[in-house]
Amino acid sequence: MNLHYHVDGDAFIAAGEASSQVKKVLKQLGIAPHTIRKIAISMYEAEMNMVLHANGGDIHVEITPHKICITLKDEGPGIPDLELAMQEGYSTASQEIRELGFGAGMGLPNMKKYSDELSIRSEVGKGTEVEIIAWLP
Amino acid sequence: MTIEEVKKILQGHLVVGSDLSYEVHSAYGSDLMSDVLAFVKNHVLLLTGLINPQVIRTAEMMDIRTIVFVRGKKPTQDVIELAQQKNMIILTTSYSLYTSCGLLYQHGLRGEEEANELALPR
Repeated sequence: MNLHYHVDGDAFIAAGEASSQVKKVLKQLGIAPHTIRKIAISMYEAEMNMVLHANGGDIHVEITPHKICITLKDEGPGIPDLELAMQEGYSTASQEIRELGFGAGMGLPNMKKYSDELSIRSEVGKGTEVEIIAWLP
Repeated sequence: MTIEEVKKILQGHLVVGSDLSYEVHSAYGSDLMSDVLAFVKNHVLLLTGLINPQVIRTAEMMDIRTIVFVRGKKPTQDVIELAQQKNMIILTTSYSLYTSCGLLYQHGLRGEEEANELALPR
């Protein structure tokens, strides 16, 4: 099964809707609640990053009997130092983002924690591609 | 602890939901959704002074069904509608986050890490 979502960059109220819909689909497919929760958290973190830092983007979800693969692509500013960005507490979030309850520097570490495999390719000035994989038992 | 008891202890108002017999076994208080996403492991009662729609989204991702908005904060209609769609229970209280947590703790509702014997963040 393949799902596709376009995420609007300036629709803060709708941000997270794609993650919400994926969570619903996984539930309908009978995926274990523990696995759904892991995927929902890592995808939501990635979707919020896309909205808050990159003015939105596109999400592709591939569901097979063995794995769930979520690819998020944006054309945002990119991440200059990925190693630094992966450190807990490191954040480039503006005061505005922090007032919304985000920007604690936990997003990327959390995505890594809750995904079985995480790969991030980013180029400054061009954008970022995040791939989250969860293996199904 | 039932939502009925939470409501009574916090002199709260029910904004969304009707199931006052719903039980919570631990709680977490934070205005930072980043931390809720990083540290909450169970189906807690979430106490927060943040009232934007992403509180509801965060709760949904974490399978959290019950939220208390503290410091007299009133959620806007879009937040209420989103919570209704997600079948959540929302209360409001005039108490601060600290006082709300303290009152619930005093009545036996323990924190997430204590109730579930989680390791503390280092």
